[in-house]
Amino acid sequence: MKTTGTRPPVKTSGTPRAVRVLRTPGGLSVRLDLRTCTVVALLVVAALAASVVLIGTGDFPMSAADVLRTLAGEGNPGQEFIVRELRLPRVLVGLLVGACLGLGGALFQSISRNPLGSPDVLGLSQGATAGALIVIVLFSGSAAAVTLGALAGGLTTGLAIYLLAWKRGVHGYRLVLVGIGVNAVATAVNGYLITKADFVDAARAVVWLTGSLNGRDWTQVGPLFALCVVLLPLVLGCARGLRMLEMGDDISYALGVHVERVRLLMLGSAVLLVAAATAAAGPVSFVALTAPQLARRLTRSPGPNLMPSLCMGAALLVTADWAAQRAFGADQLPVGVVTGVLGGVYLLWLLVTERRAGRI
Amino acid sequence: MAARSLGLLVSVVILALVALTSIAVGAKELSLTQVWHGLFQDTGTYGDVVVGERLSRTVLGLLAGAALGLAGAVLQAVTRNPLADPGILGINAGASAAVVTAITFFGVTSLSGYVWFAFLGAAAVGVLVWFLGGSRGATPVRLALAGTALSAALYGYLQAVMIMDGAALGKMRFWTVGSLTAATDAVIVQVLPFFVIGTVTALLLARPLNALEMGDDTARALGAGLDRTRALALFSATVLCGAATAACGPIVFVGLMVPHVVRSFTGPDLRWILPYATVLSPVLLLGADVVGRIVARPAELQVGVVTAIIGGPVFILLVRRRRTAQL
Repeated sequence: MKTTGTRPPVKTSGTPRAVRVLRTPGGLSVRLDLRTCTVVALLVVAALAASVVLIGTGDFPMSAADVLRTLAGEGNPGQEFIVRELRLPRVLVGLLVGACLGLGGALFQSISRNPLGSPDVLGLSQGATAGALIVIVLFSGSAAAVTLGALAGGLTTGLAIYLLAWKRGVHGYRLVLVGIGVNAVATAVNGYLITKADFVDAARAVVWLTGSLNGRDWTQVGPLFALCVVLLPLVLGCARGLRMLEMGDDISYALGVHVERVRLLMLGSAVLLVAAATAAAGPVSFVALTAPQLARRLTRSPGPNLMPSLCMGAALLVTADWAAQRAFGADQLPVGVVTGVLGGVYLLWLLVTERRAGRI
Repeated sequence: MAARSLGLLVSVVILALVALTSIAVGAKELSLTQVWHGLFQDTGTYGDVVVGERLSRTVLGLLAGAALGLAGAVLQAVTRNPLADPGILGINAGASAAVVTAITFFGVTSLSGYVWFAFLGAAAVGVLVWFLGGSRGATPVRLALAGTALSAALYGYLQAVMIMDGAALGKMRFWTVGSLTAATDAVIVQVLPFFVIGTVTALLLARPLNALEMGDDTARALGAGLDRTRALALFSATVLCGAATAACGPIVFVGLMVPHVVRSFTGPDLRWILPYATVLSPVLLLGADVVGRIVARPAELQVGVVTAIIGGPVFILLVRRRRTAQL
């Protein structure tokens, strides 16, 4: 069975890649790929630019210059209030959620060695949703309780998938298929919970189900940011092992990677990232699926492409939120609808390109 | 041969017993004499009305169960894929999305109107998943992934429609779980022709599908028309799934589980698998429906929820039992 059949080809001919290696006196070395660095820098700029535009969008439009001046603390009180209290937290939650989803998706796709092996497909998002729905429908819980429910649901699902897929080690394909089974069960449970709800709860649940950034405030920014600060160094530290893992378990063992340890650590981090993102914004679909793929195509580099995926996720989500607000008016359609449509287009594109290249 | 014929007979008897249970059990408790009375000497008493309602529900369960099981067996054979299931491959989701579109944007309200949309959606998604999964070079994993990813996209669309249209939410949230509660005689009469066409086509395909399972080259050498068999098989699966989904909403895992159970005692011969699946799938569906009526009395657990909760673990067990190289 071909395990790498879906990867875009890496150019082996032509100009060699520009790579610098930084070495410290202590014996540490970091490999810097210039193209990847450029892509990351451009994506960061794009994400920040989209954020500024998004802050300026709404019932009270502001020019980019006004937004920047207000952010620097030189706006009038009205602008200060709108930017600081209403729009900035929403944009920050969007950036962080996008980053978490992009990074989590990259980890999942790398571990499952499949471009479609994202948390949307593997049942994690549905599991987190089930947790949130139980709180909404059975307990009519507050927003904070819903967040906790989603977090608990996501973590439980992640643990269940890992344990069910365990059989003398977790193999990528078994993980994917077990995830698909769990996804189907969770989807059915969610459907049942929605039929049980009264109409008001059901409407609230359906909006939550689509993934929305409406009405996010500072209380959601803090925990997400803290999680990213803790997990990001851990994940990047293991990136080298993850890269080896893509070559197959046997080669990784031979190269001295603790295969199961790295896999468990990375899966755990990915589950945490996705569960936290889902808890904050609902199951925003397809960002975790598309961001790593788009990032990979930009960097043209093999391996998990963690940083580019993270930045791509953030840029994608903020842009999608802006598009949702512009196209349908403020607060009409949640951001999840736009990402859902984008995901569908991406799937079709994948179909066309992969077939043309004769890879599927 | 004799043992398998006898087994088929036993299966029919089991099916009859389950159907009888489905008529007798529910929120209102009925004695067996009342059931008998309601079935054969209808005089319009309360008990008779209840029996009448449950009868149409049971008949729809029989038809839909047989359709889903048969479609699953055919799909597993034609894709040479042990994990093929109308739910996993996204065909149910395609039919759902098309029906929602019909209800919301085209104002179609009757089953006879949106059953065509269900077929269209089922067929479109079937073909799309087949290509996304890699057509002839498809592996089970790729097909399952393609189906699930496409389902996710379609469910996103469903949710968007439900958010924008409150009336659609009221109707669709019950329909999208999959249940037999909407069954009436009119519904049954409308979908019956489709079930008949799909079932006959599928059963006639047993022999060429047998050849197809040996690989393309052998099948061609044995004289099976490859493309015609594939096209007819996909046609019958689409008609069966589309009709079942239009009548009951999306129900997952019935088409996955039953053919596997059947294969364990019939062997790989599709001439036996297909009839067995046709008889035993309604046993599962009606059984799940009865369980759903008992566990949440006096309310009900929809049959789609029960089959998913039973089927998910079976699916995972199948995945775990096989070596990854075989998948």
